[in-house]
Amino acid sequence: MSSDIQIVLPEILLACFAMVALLFAVYTSKDKMTGLLTWATAGVMAALALMIAGGEGSNVAFGGMFVDDAYARFAKVAILLAAAAVLVVGQDAMARRGLARFEYPILIALSTIGMMMMVSAGDLMALYMGLELQSLALYVVASLNRDSVKSTEAGMKYFVLGALSSGLLLYGASLTYGYAGTTLFSGIIEAANDGHVGMGMLIGLTFVMSGLAFKVSAVPFHMWTPDVYEGAPTPVTAFFATAPKLAAMALFARVMFDAFGNAVGDWQQIVALLALASMFLGAIAAIGQSNIKRLMAYSSIAHMGFALLGLAAGSEFGVQAMMIYMAIYLTMNVGTFAFIMSMERDGKPVTDIAALNQYGKAEPLKALAMLVLLFSLAGVPPMVGFFGKYAVLNAAIQSGMTWLAVGGVIASVIGAFYYLRVVYYMYFGDEGEALETPMSPAAWAALMGSAAIMVLGVVNLFGVEGAAAAAAAALVN
Amino acid sequence: MASIILFAPLIGALIAGFGHRFIGDKGAQTLTTGLLFLAALLSWVVFLGHDGHTQTVHILDWVQSGTLSVDWAIRLDRLTAIMLVVVTTVSSLVHMYSMGYMAHDPQFEGESYRPRFFAYLSFFTFTMLMLVTADNLLQMFFGWEGVGVASYLLIGFYYKKPTANAAAIKAFVVNRVGDFGFALGIFGLYYLTDSIRFDDIFAAAPALAEMELHFLWRDWNAANLLAFLLFVGAMGKSAQLFLHTWLPDAMEGPTPVSALIHAATMVTAGVFLVCRMSPLMEYAPEAQSFIVMLGAATAFVAATIGLVQNDIKRVIAYSTMSQLGYMFVAAGVGVYSVAMFHLFTHAFFKAMLFLGAGSVIHGMHHEQDMRNYGGLRHKMPKTFWAMMIGTMAITGVGIPLTTIGFAGFLSKDAIIESAWAGTQGGFAFWALVIAALFTSFYSWRLMFLTFFGEARGDKHTHEHAHESPMVMLIPLGVLALGAVFSGMLWYGVFFGDHHKVNAWFGIEAHEMADDGHGAATDDHAATDDAHAGTEGHETEEDHAATMADPAHAAVAAAHHGEAPAGAIFMHPDNHVIDDAHHAPAWVKVSPFVAMVIGFLTAYWFYIVNPAMPRKWAETVPHVHKFLLNKWYFDEIYDFVFVKPAFAIGRFLWKRGDGNVIDGFLNGVAMGIVPWFTRLAGRAQSGFVFTYAFAMVLGIVALITLMTLFGGAH
Repeated sequence: MSSDIQIVLPEILLACFAMVALLFAVYTSKDKMTGLLTWATAGVMAALALMIAGGEGSNVAFGGMFVDDAYARFAKVAILLAAAAVLVVGQDAMARRGLARFEYPILIALSTIGMMMMVSAGDLMALYMGLELQSLALYVVASLNRDSVKSTEAGMKYFVLGALSSGLLLYGASLTYGYAGTTLFSGIIEAANDGHVGMGMLIGLTFVMSGLAFKVSAVPFHMWTPDVYEGAPTPVTAFFATAPKLAAMALFARVMFDAFGNAVGDWQQIVALLALASMFLGAIAAIGQSNIKRLMAYSSIAHMGFALLGLAAGSEFGVQAMMIYMAIYLTMNVGTFAFIMSMERDGKPVTDIAALNQYGKAEPLKALAMLVLLFSLAGVPPMVGFFGKYAVLNAAIQSGMTWLAVGGVIASVIGAFYYLRVVYYMYFGDEGEALETPMSPAAWAALMGSAAIMVLGVVNLFGVEGAAAAAAAALVN
Repeated sequence: MASIILFAPLIGALIAGFGHRFIGDKGAQTLTTGLLFLAALLSWVVFLGHDGHTQTVHILDWVQSGTLSVDWAIRLDRLTAIMLVVVTTVSSLVHMYSMGYMAHDPQFEGESYRPRFFAYLSFFTFTMLMLVTADNLLQMFFGWEGVGVASYLLIGFYYKKPTANAAAIKAFVVNRVGDFGFALGIFGLYYLTDSIRFDDIFAAAPALAEMELHFLWRDWNAANLLAFLLFVGAMGKSAQLFLHTWLPDAMEGPTPVSALIHAATMVTAGVFLVCRMSPLMEYAPEAQSFIVMLGAATAFVAATIGLVQNDIKRVIAYSTMSQLGYMFVAAGVGVYSVAMFHLFTHAFFKAMLFLGAGSVIHGMHHEQDMRNYGGLRHKMPKTFWAMMIGTMAITGVGIPLTTIGFAGFLSKDAIIESAWAGTQGGFAFWALVIAALFTSFYSWRLMFLTFFGEARGDKHTHEHAHESPMVMLIPLGVLALGAVFSGMLWYGVFFGDHHKVNAWFGIEAHEMADDGHGAATDDHAATDDAHAGTEGHETEEDHAATMADPAHAAVAAAHHGEAPAGAIFMHPDNHVIDDAHHAPAWVKVSPFVAMVIGFLTAYWFYIVNPAMPRKWAETVPHVHKFLLNKWYFDEIYDFVFVKPAFAIGRFLWKRGDGNVIDGFLNGVAMGIVPWFTRLAGRAQSGFVFTYAFAMVLGIVALITLMTLFGGAH
């Protein structure tokens, strides 16, 4: 029992911190504590990330329900760092919008615990628990701006559809349980060990996949994404676009390999379909957007499609590519959203991309950083974003899914259009009303830092490759 | 030493080309010229000190890929030594000459153009040296393309002139046709011998003669096919018939360039290639006879065109083309030494003619039409005398049946005798004799129109006509020495004496040329006794007896895959050189007679009765027009190749690229994608039930898919 506690110690610490922080804030000056709490939460998360990064080996706790391996650790470190970064970067923007509520960092911390549970899940129950903990916290933060119709609508939509997807997932889980006789992943995989997976089990698998596809916002379970991204306060959107995406993606791969690793051929085709649909819809629908937050929503749909491409490969190399892709994606999005949340005019947030007209003249440095980030998002070499795409496409080809890789390339060409259009507005657009982009030092550092990483990472991707390889090796064996 | 010769021009080119801002125009000129003179000096040392044995100077490992192993090495044998002398001597003199010729150029008012010119010249020299020192075909191809680039740059030196640009492009494109053949030849050799080193190829040549190679629609004899393909490359570079159209146009370049590249060196690369590949050529009799026919035809056609041209440089250009035809005939009948002999002497007198023409053009303020010259011998006496020597050399003035005469007399007569011997007095022989007549006519026509008679054309220009500066006259003087003496000095070693030829080129096996030829020699002996003055005959017969055995051994060795020693190879059955020595007197005298007839006709037409040419042109207008329009080659090519190529290009551009590709992409980018975008936008209605419905549809689709296709395997 004590060794079990040892293994889940990071989650327990974060949970304790969240509860203590809640009590502390309630009994002191409440919202005035927001700044302190934000930094404290970020600090704790960063410390936990360090602590987790030092872990070794594969450990199992609570009879297999909780797994702590290199794969989980890679995902957790990325989640914690992304969450911490988004908290710090968004703090100033939240304050300027009058949204500096002390609940926000605490909810983010709780959601993060959920995500950490998700990536460590070794059992359908643990999976669901983590998923719901994460989602419930997110439903609340989506409608954090209670006075805004859009924000509350976003929270509502997210909640209703999230409940539907939870239902699908639970139905799938119960079917799986029915046919496998256990909820443990290690038991499910053994039930299908004789090389034949029963139809009931496959249907259960499909439902579970649908629930997970909702979380990663893969087509056709994506429709909440643009509305929620648009409606939620921008710093919250930034959070949506980063850590939960990685957590859901990591969980997706975890379930597919740990529980259904014997039916790769079965789920591979479905994942491939989801990936293809996501890449194309993300690319095509984004063209019509004039709101940069909606645009980023479609962009994230397309990016999830690419990450799923790695998963669809169904190989260790594919998982490695997927994890690399997600790590790069997180970095790019933190920087991009640091910029988007600073966009305002007369103290009011602006999200129209036409507002960026001639921004390159007004703020050459920030515009250059955005240019680098957008090029990287579009996958233009030599930015790091290209190497992420290259990795997943390569994985797909190595698994004999050339048609999928070709589709990916075409989709990325179409997708390049809307990223480049933003660049076009910044440098060649018409003269218009000036845009203000006040930034806290943290946001500025995030923007410049991630842009710099996109350029400098070309050398060796800052060693992510090796960690991702270890993670993939731990998952696929 | 060879490395210094090779790299001195490159260093000059690099410094002059990139560093002229630091060393100035003057510095760039002096440096490149100085380095070239150094290279020329060393080349003469190499040439005179060479013992005929092949040496290899390894410079670096170049390409290692699979079985392909290519070093960058200098192959130093007699052929290379000859070419080194030719290239560096003419190049250094042209460098020097250019300091005067290029001093003022109205086209580049106020611009620094001289360093560029000298850098190009030196770069050309480097690539030409790369070509001639090559140890393998890849290295040779590098040089081959390098001289092509340099030629392109220099023809188009006056890039502000559209005609110069057109000429440069034409030269490049036409050469591409030849280079395609050359490249195919290299590929074929590599395919069959698994090597592109000369030694390996030469060793494999006898085996190639017995192989078949499938190409296009049928099997060919490998040696014949490959020799032919290599010769196609040579045709392009050396402006042989059908691929010659670029050479006259190349006269758009500055005159020193014409002298260096389009007379003395680059255009002879094709002859050099055939001689270099002599071990292969000897086993390709059909390709050889093609070379003879084409060379003779070129010599004849070019000479006829030269008769009526009015541009002084074009006359000399056609004369160059014609002389190249002579060289190919010699190489084609198997007397490579004679081809090299003519190449050697031709370099001197043709460079001199060009530089002399340049001097006239310079003095006449860039007037090039001979109809506007006349009476210039008083205005520019030194140029006149230089041109006179050049003309005597090219027309072949000398004392018949002796070896005393100008350079062209000895080398050209050697070719004509060889042609007689090699083709048993066939077409090639007669074509060359008639071409010699025409050569004499147009050369003297040039002299008479330019330096004699009344001053014609713009009076003002004639009043200001002046002799060129010393820096331009000294090269003329040096070349004049070559034009006078180079033939007499080296006649023996190139042609006159079979043993000296063997020693000179380091040939070991060919002593036995007369072995098995005994009967024929006896026949000859009967006729030859009449003119026993012919040298070296007895000694040959003596040798035939003593050397027979080792020679056989050497040939056997060659069949067992060993490259024949020496710079050139003559097949044991190749007796052309000896037969040529024993040619009857009328054959030996015929070129001289042709020369005299040509001279007298020209004298009659342009000095005695200047109205004559016009009368002739009016009597046979069709012939005149036919020749004036250069046998309509340009027009035919324009109709057959250029126009259809443009038409296809326009079709692919407008229809293929414009309508199909652009149309497709624009259709997708501006029609289909936006349509889908609108569709996606409409689906995103904002209603939760729509979204939920989409999810349900999604799960239905996935379940259906899984039920139909899942679990089956």
